Amino acid sequence: MMTNPNGIVTQGQFSFLPALTDVQITAQIKYALKHGWAIGVEYTDDAHPRNTYWEMFGNPMFDLKDAAGILLEINNCRKTFPNHYIRVTAFSSLRGVESPTMSYIVNRPKKEPGFGLVRQESDGRNIRYTIHSYATDKPEGERY
Amino acid sequence: MSNETMKEGKERYKAGVLPYKKMGYWQPDYVPKDTDILSMFRITPQAGMDPEEVAAAVAGESSTATWTVVWTDRLTACELYRAKAYRCELVPNTGPGTKTEAQYFAYIAYDLDLFEGGSIANLTASIIGNVFGMKAVKALRLEDMRIPVAYLKTFQGPATGVIVERERLDKFGRPLLGATTKPKLGLSGRNYGRVVYEALKGGLDFVKDDENINSQPFMHWRDRFLYCMEAVNKASAATGEVKGHYLNVTAGTMEEMYKRAEFAKSLGSVIIMIDLVIGYTAIQSMALWARQNDMILHLHRAGNSTYSRQKNHGMNFRVICKWMRMAGVDHIHAGTVVGKLEGDPMMIRGFYDTLLDTHTPQQLEKGLFFEQDWASLNKCLPVASGGIHAGQMHQLLTYLGDDVVLQFGGGTIGHPQGIQAGAVANRVALEAMVLARNEGRDIWNEGPQILLDAAKWCGPLRAAIDTWKDISFNYESTDTADFVPVATGSR
Repeated sequence: MMTNPNGIVTQGQFSFLPALTDVQITAQIKYALKHGWAIGVEYTDDAHPRNTYWEMFGNPMFDLKDAAGILLEINNCRKTFPNHYIRVTAFSSLRGVESPTMSYIVNRPKKEPGFGLVRQESDGRNIRYTIHSYATDKPEGERY
Repeated sequence: MSNETMKEGKERYKAGVLPYKKMGYWQPDYVPKDTDILSMFRITPQAGMDPEEVAAAVAGESSTATWTVVWTDRLTACELYRAKAYRCELVPNTGPGTKTEAQYFAYIAYDLDLFEGGSIANLTASIIGNVFGMKAVKALRLEDMRIPVAYLKTFQGPATGVIVERERLDKFGRPLLGATTKPKLGLSGRNYGRVVYEALKGGLDFVKDDENINSQPFMHWRDRFLYCMEAVNKASAATGEVKGHYLNVTAGTMEEMYKRAEFAKSLGSVIIMIDLVIGYTAIQSMALWARQNDMILHLHRAGNSTYSRQKNHGMNFRVICKWMRMAGVDHIHAGTVVGKLEGDPMMIRGFYDTLLDTHTPQQLEKGLFFEQDWASLNKCLPVASGGIHAGQMHQLLTYLGDDVVLQFGGGTIGHPQGIQAGAVANRVALEAMVLARNEGRDIWNEGPQILLDAAKWCGPLRAAIDTWKDISFNYESTDTADFVPVATGSR
């Protein structure tokens, strides 16, 4: 189990708050739509801090401007992968940004095993650090 | 030349002393070129001096002039190389009938060929090199500059930039959270790393060395780096987040700074730190190193207030912001508005815009005297540090926005329930406020209630609010706008 104050992976904008309700998620979707950002839904069974590319639950929804429709997609992903990490990401195509502008977790495994710190003692007092996902000790698709 | 104040030909170059105005440094008809570098100075002339002559003197002494006529000017395209003072006007609320002696805003244009590309040292040697000690001015302040695109393109700019920094850290849509380790002097490496670990595990993104932590008898730099990186990696594993500690590599020589930076890299640090006092050239060199080594470069503005704070003399901090964005740092301390250090809200917003905009319009109420196109130079992340705490989160988010590092040093480490609890309080306050703002709530007015609501389920936030609820720093700013926004109604 993870020993940080929340006992969970704390990536994203809102991991220190109680899990967001559908009403709260809808408000955040509307905020993104108001700025003209496209929303993407992604999932993974390896939330390693350097695992950039979670699997896409379809492309970012560039043409969907309806918050209820986007929430439906989020909930489809939750139904399909109830025990994975799922995050909602907003993408801005504005010059000078062209990058994610929001990212928050909306689904988690029931038990989050977290990460181990592997220390390789090196020359002098140097240590090479590796962060190891306990979940990846099992093959893809069999982790939770 | 249509300017009747300027002498021409043989008469102009007769040996002796000529007023700067008559040497060609005052040209009220001059229309600045797009490629000119523009400067705006606040001039307080000595009693009885003609302000236009003083403006011309500043233009002259910051470009080609010396105190007397020299015939060797005639071997050069000297009209091109002369800086031209082209505008000089009384500063609002100064002069006769006010409490302040007369000050003037003098606008000066410099041809691009006066400067070496890619060198802040060369730019500043001209613009601020000689003029501040001239007897003709009682006081002088460099208020703003317009850097042409042609010149900007000779600079690398921020090594990483806000966009790539966020991608590397995997943190979007909220301010980043940091803290400076306290006490800043005296902790051993082992004890120092404890503070770093607790704060990062509790929820901060960054912890920071202070400006004067280098390599002292109580903690040599290698010990600090080793223990801090143990703390960073352990906290990263405990939270699943990318974490960082600004390892201060400031040292007495470039050789030593490179050595420390290489060690930080070998330990896997995402960020290093330097102080402004290392100098412009050293900063540019470290920015090149940072770009080559995938490192975020934090700049602590140590020393700036010696010349940026007084309104009549020195230089405005917005100019430092411009130079540092060109020099290539990724972070710079730029004020908090509500904390313990100097800062008028509109002035601070002007600094933030200067660091973050791709294009900044002229906005006199923010102290931005020139329109500035940033020519795709990376964005530099402002850092708000000094006397801020979780109870001000609604004000901080309103004033400073998302692109900022909020540094709660005392507000984390001084928490009554410990450092981790302090970090939790700050992170919960931040996330609750971002959530509420995005929901469309009026956080400026509802902010205190939003925090109290979150404190109902978050004990550490409750304790933070109880401890610091009455703390604020309401002193009058010394660096304020000369212009107030005027409503331009269409009626």
